[in-house]
Amino acid sequence: MNAKGTVFKYGDNVDTDVIIPARYLNSSDPAELATHCMEDIDTEFVKKVKKGDIIVANKNFGCGSSREHAPISIKASGVSCVIAETFARIFYRNAINIGLPIIECPEAASVIEAGDEVEVNFDTGVITDITKNRSFQGQAFPEFMQKIIASEGLVNYINNNKK
Amino acid sequence: MGMTMTQKILANAAGLPEVKAGQLIMAKLDLVLGNDITSPVAIKEMDKMNVDGVFDKDKIALVPDHFAPNKDIKSAEHCKCVREFARRNKITNYFEMGDMGIEHALLPEKGLTVPGDVIIGADSHTCTYGALGAFSTGVGSTDMAAGMATGEAWFKVPSAIKFNLVGKPSKWVSGKDVILHIIGMIGVDGALYRSMEFTGPGVAELSMDDRFTIANMAIEAGGKNGIFPVDEKTVSYLNEHATREYKVFEADADAVYDEEYTVDLSTLRPTVSFPHLPENTHTIDEIHEMDDIKIDQVVIGSCTNGRIDDLRIAAEVLKGRHKTPDMRLIVIPATQAIYMQAIEEGLVKIFIEAGAVVSTPTCGPCLGGYMGVLAQGERCVSTTNRNFVGRMGHVDSEVYLASPAVAAASAVTGKISCPCELGL
Repeated sequence: MNAKGTVFKYGDNVDTDVIIPARYLNSSDPAELATHCMEDIDTEFVKKVKKGDIIVANKNFGCGSSREHAPISIKASGVSCVIAETFARIFYRNAINIGLPIIECPEAASVIEAGDEVEVNFDTGVITDITKNRSFQGQAFPEFMQKIIASEGLVNYINNNKK
Repeated sequence: MGMTMTQKILANAAGLPEVKAGQLIMAKLDLVLGNDITSPVAIKEMDKMNVDGVFDKDKIALVPDHFAPNKDIKSAEHCKCVREFARRNKITNYFEMGDMGIEHALLPEKGLTVPGDVIIGADSHTCTYGALGAFSTGVGSTDMAAGMATGEAWFKVPSAIKFNLVGKPSKWVSGKDVILHIIGMIGVDGALYRSMEFTGPGVAELSMDDRFTIANMAIEAGGKNGIFPVDEKTVSYLNEHATREYKVFEADADAVYDEEYTVDLSTLRPTVSFPHLPENTHTIDEIHEMDDIKIDQVVIGSCTNGRIDDLRIAAEVLKGRHKTPDMRLIVIPATQAIYMQAIEEGLVKIFIEAGAVVSTPTCGPCLGGYMGVLAQGERCVSTTNRNFVGRMGHVDSEVYLASPAVAAASAVTGKISCPCELGL
């Protein structure tokens, strides 16, 4: 399984309030949430994001509120993977649970720039910056996490395993 | 090798003689909670699972508190979804308007969180119950759904940071100043994935409400949980509130910690977190050296600082005084019981005479929901827990996090101030 797309780059401590501001939490519809994704940190994001694009950020991505609406809005905007130096723990859990691939890789997070074309191989954890012609070794997903992601989330994974 | 307090609770809940940091375990849950924002997503996920109802109708708590009383039609639909789910599944601890409060003040008050518990909640401030010696941590809606269905959750056993508290805090220094000081010291990811274990002789100098405030904000340092030992004050609180038996755990003497800090409470000063991160802390003395920071609004309330001690402190500052003319002062008792007590003690009268709006319990303004949303360029001193960009309203507004004492004094002067500036 791979992800490939253009990079949106952000800094440290991107919190869930800027990923999806609470004023939009009166909705839980993924498509509606996606129309406000990253709005308070990057008003261009929703205009520019294309299916497959990748978010790269520095440390503690997704800190703050436990709102699952944050990874849901990112996934519904078409983003195929989030790469960061580190993730806040509730966000990490939520992303895996809803089937949004995320990968920790400090080196990739520091080198990759906005607009770069990047490819991620989830089997090996290798992140390739095609624009810069450089590769980085991120943490590979264990098999069960790959299956959760392939099932589009924990609930489908549990149901699939029951069948 | 000894275990930390958190590790001992998790080992017990997993039915294991011991656990180590990094180990993946499946633990039995004593309580699963959600609110009006996170529960609808969890209910939708649970509906997709092929399960027959919830694991235990007595071990789930549903509290509509964020955008409740309903702030708009969409929020009303969310609250309705939670209400109907609660009825359908005969959930014992569903709290309707009039009975409800802000979840993390309400559940301990109702005796639903006790020492030794393992609790998950689809709200990041679920870590509050560590004040009572429970392991409690925030999760997302899917984990909440799985918890409601199975009564279990998987955890990676955390390592811990030990905070050895010594000394006695001076007048006008409270639990809020302690935790803001600590977050300023270690940063917003200083405890990422780890437990924050508070211990030492200074714990006895902190009221239960101080401890709730401190444990509440463990998440603002990235912590998985914050936890306090069970002492006489805890037992006295539990005698008044607990509805079931509990088990007290203590850290082993040879428990291993990643890091250890000593915090002398007697040296702490009133502390304020500047925009836009809780780690941007300044003491009131540093603030006195700066140009005046003029403010438009003060909020006293939330799961962090909406308890009776907080309201008493605010009232002590506001008694016989009045907010500045252009100030909006909003006071929100965190539960109906606290609200009633504040009325009986005459605190509400003091607030209204000081020019405050006093509201029914709601999270409302803390997350920019309603009841005090900020306009462009406005500044708020708030006893809440987050000052991220846009947290309380417009993306160009600013939030300064502070204690009830500093918030109340600031409402009187119109700039960030401590009660000492009022001759107190």
